Amino acid sequence: MNLQILWFCLVAFFWSGYLVLEGFDFGVGMLLPFLPRDERERGAMLETIGPVWDGNEVWLVIAGAATFAAFPAWYGTMFSGFYLALLLVLFFLIIRVVSFEWRSKGEGTRWRHVWLWANAVGSTGIPLVWGIGLSNLLYGLPIDSSGNYTGNLWDLFTVYTVLGGIAFVLVFAFHGACFLTLRTTGDLFERSRRAARLLAIPAVVVGAGYLIWTVAVAVDRNDKDVFPPVLPAAIAIAAFAAAAILVYLGRSGAAFALTAVGTLSIVATLFTSLYPRVMVSNPDFANSLTVSGAASEHYTLAVMSVVALIATPIILLYQGWTYYVFRARVTGEEIRPPSDVIAGQTGPSAG
Amino acid sequence: MTAVASTTVDLARLQFATTSIYHFLFVPLTLGLGPLVAIMQTAWHRSGDEAWLRLTRFFGTLLLINIAIGVATGLVQEFEFGMNWSVYSRFVGNVFGAPLAIEGLAAFMLESTFLGLWIFGWNRLPPRVHLATIWLVVLGSWGSAYFILVANSWMQHPVGYKIVDGEAQLTSVWALLSNGFALRAYLHTILAGLIFGSMIMLGVSCWHFLRGHEADLFRKAAKLALIVAVPVTLLQLIVGNRFGEAVTSAQSMKIAASEAQWNTCEPCGFSLFQIGGFTASDPTPSFAITVPDLLSYMATGSFHGQVQGLNELQTQEQRKYGRGNYMPNVRVIYWSMRVMAFAGVLMFLVAAAGAWLYRKRKLERARWFLWTAIVGMALPYVAATAGWILTEMGRQPWIVQGLLLTSKANSPNVSTTWLAISLAFFITLYLALGVTDFVLMRRYARPDRPTPQEELPAPAVTY
Repeated sequence: MNLQILWFCLVAFFWSGYLVLEGFDFGVGMLLPFLPRDERERGAMLETIGPVWDGNEVWLVIAGAATFAAFPAWYGTMFSGFYLALLLVLFFLIIRVVSFEWRSKGEGTRWRHVWLWANAVGSTGIPLVWGIGLSNLLYGLPIDSSGNYTGNLWDLFTVYTVLGGIAFVLVFAFHGACFLTLRTTGDLFERSRRAARLLAIPAVVVGAGYLIWTVAVAVDRNDKDVFPPVLPAAIAIAAFAAAAILVYLGRSGAAFALTAVGTLSIVATLFTSLYPRVMVSNPDFANSLTVSGAASEHYTLAVMSVVALIATPIILLYQGWTYYVFRARVTGEEIRPPSDVIAGQTGPSAG
Repeated sequence: MTAVASTTVDLARLQFATTSIYHFLFVPLTLGLGPLVAIMQTAWHRSGDEAWLRLTRFFGTLLLINIAIGVATGLVQEFEFGMNWSVYSRFVGNVFGAPLAIEGLAAFMLESTFLGLWIFGWNRLPPRVHLATIWLVVLGSWGSAYFILVANSWMQHPVGYKIVDGEAQLTSVWALLSNGFALRAYLHTILAGLIFGSMIMLGVSCWHFLRGHEADLFRKAAKLALIVAVPVTLLQLIVGNRFGEAVTSAQSMKIAASEAQWNTCEPCGFSLFQIGGFTASDPTPSFAITVPDLLSYMATGSFHGQVQGLNELQTQEQRKYGRGNYMPNVRVIYWSMRVMAFAGVLMFLVAAAGAWLYRKRKLERARWFLWTAIVGMALPYVAATAGWILTEMGRQPWIVQGLLLTSKANSPNVSTTWLAISLAFFITLYLALGVTDFVLMRRYARPDRPTPQEELPAPAVTY
């Protein structure tokens, strides 16, 4: 297999890893101000993703670095072009990251309230901007002949791309609600299930609309045939629809698996629609960046292929093990990480 | 037009300097406190002594507060290459991108995943497995530092590449990974991390002695901190010096500037302090304290070695690269080198005095020392910041030594306005984060902190 195509697929895979895994973390964050009734439930809800969100976020770091290494021209154009949008992403990312660690470190209700909302705002804002940004790769942006973005912030907003942002937010809210039905108990579980049912229809409708439009954009603006992009799009729509039905039937485990498949298929739809380009230029289609034009040399790709093909399975193994370790439902009354017992008298039961 | 272009580059540089210096306030403490916490947990695991567990948890909390902000600011660094330096990114991506990608795949993921397991795994994992998770976090963070320094060192001393069509292409990944510059920089950075960890642990312990709080507990912490700090601060003085030799061969201009050495000398004295002598028009200091022959030794390893002067190097570089100014800002480089080195010596003295007092069993009552150690917690921060200013500003005007000028590497489509907005954004956000982080660290390190049970109505809440 051509290494350039392999790396195009790997970049898509890293984005999938990020969006499937961090996607439900986002959903949990979005629901954080609405589902829990008291501090115990808020703690329990955050604890469902507490052990894993950090590792999940690293998929983004890897997707970014892989783009830098395998497609330097794509990285340079995309990151400098999305300038202010990325600044916004960084803002959301930072307040969200510190909110996890800092919220419980203060005792006042106001302090906790602020960081709770920081998490919720960050968790909503990040997928919104990524939805808009990734849709723009396909929809086309003004790029000059030397590969520089010539537009401004507002060029990123069109009806299609904003729909992409909203679709990401709704899909992840649904994905996150399904996840919560797997990890919570009691009243919080009941409310999670209600949230999943409430979110199912809008997520399916908006998600399907976005996916169909994406295939149309691929045909119109990227010179693609309807097939193959329509294949992952159909899988995504079917997966989300089936997940919605399963949520109403009370089968949360299967529903969560299907929202994960659906999210993966959204990324697959986008990247299938993009190929053989990585960024479509509009109005000057000829200035579009292509996989072969943006890629690194064979040697670099070969070296990184060896690393990626060894490291990725290992990562999947130990991340999978993490999910296995933390498979039990969270009640909010069980474990006490070191952050809470500061040189206190109560050791862990293991001690 | 040129004025606008240079303002844009200046703003992009200022932004990179601000965000990376800030990032590196948090990284080295993670590098150093991580293994110390792991050692304490190992001690608990082996001896069953409850005190070690309490210390693990106490310093573990400081570690976590610190890691959160280090991770967040690290993402900014990765994005910034593409956002502000797209020409640079396209030029170096083939070579520089590889260690960044490997860092994520092989190290950062390990650190982040196992950190989650460590924080939440206390009762879920068997003690031995739980202990392994903190060591894997350390392995991840140390691995991460290596790959990042490989990337940075390639900018200081490019190896294993060829230039094709105005782009650097990797020819040997082995040369890249075994770059002598990178290995020395890595050792220097890991030692800096251990200095951070041990000096903070010592300072916090002394704070507790001063208040007479839990002296038995913190005596153990102080002892461990001193066992690490004394050899490590001493070793760093030697390693830093050897690192200087690597710099001399790769970046002669940086060494000449760090000594404000305008003319070639043989042998050369080391200037400890000087007034004036920082510009080509005023090359002779009006006052200077100089140690004879020492510079020759530091730069070349021999007391009679020759050190080339700025003027001669400038002539050589012009012959090689064409007209232009190839000298960094001499005043800044001279002083950043001294601030780093003097802070390094001071830290060794603090550690040595602490060890001596500890042996004499006077440590907890020597109020002057307790205060020195508390104030001394600022020293590693000062030294690390000065060190990076020396490394990065000393490379100027190059962004990649000898290959690409900083003035030609920025994103052409990113306007001065965008840069001003983003710079203001980062400064505001980072100040707010910094203040909050300091307040939290202080609260969780202080001796008179109430127990968690008193302050939380719902003690079971973990988040």
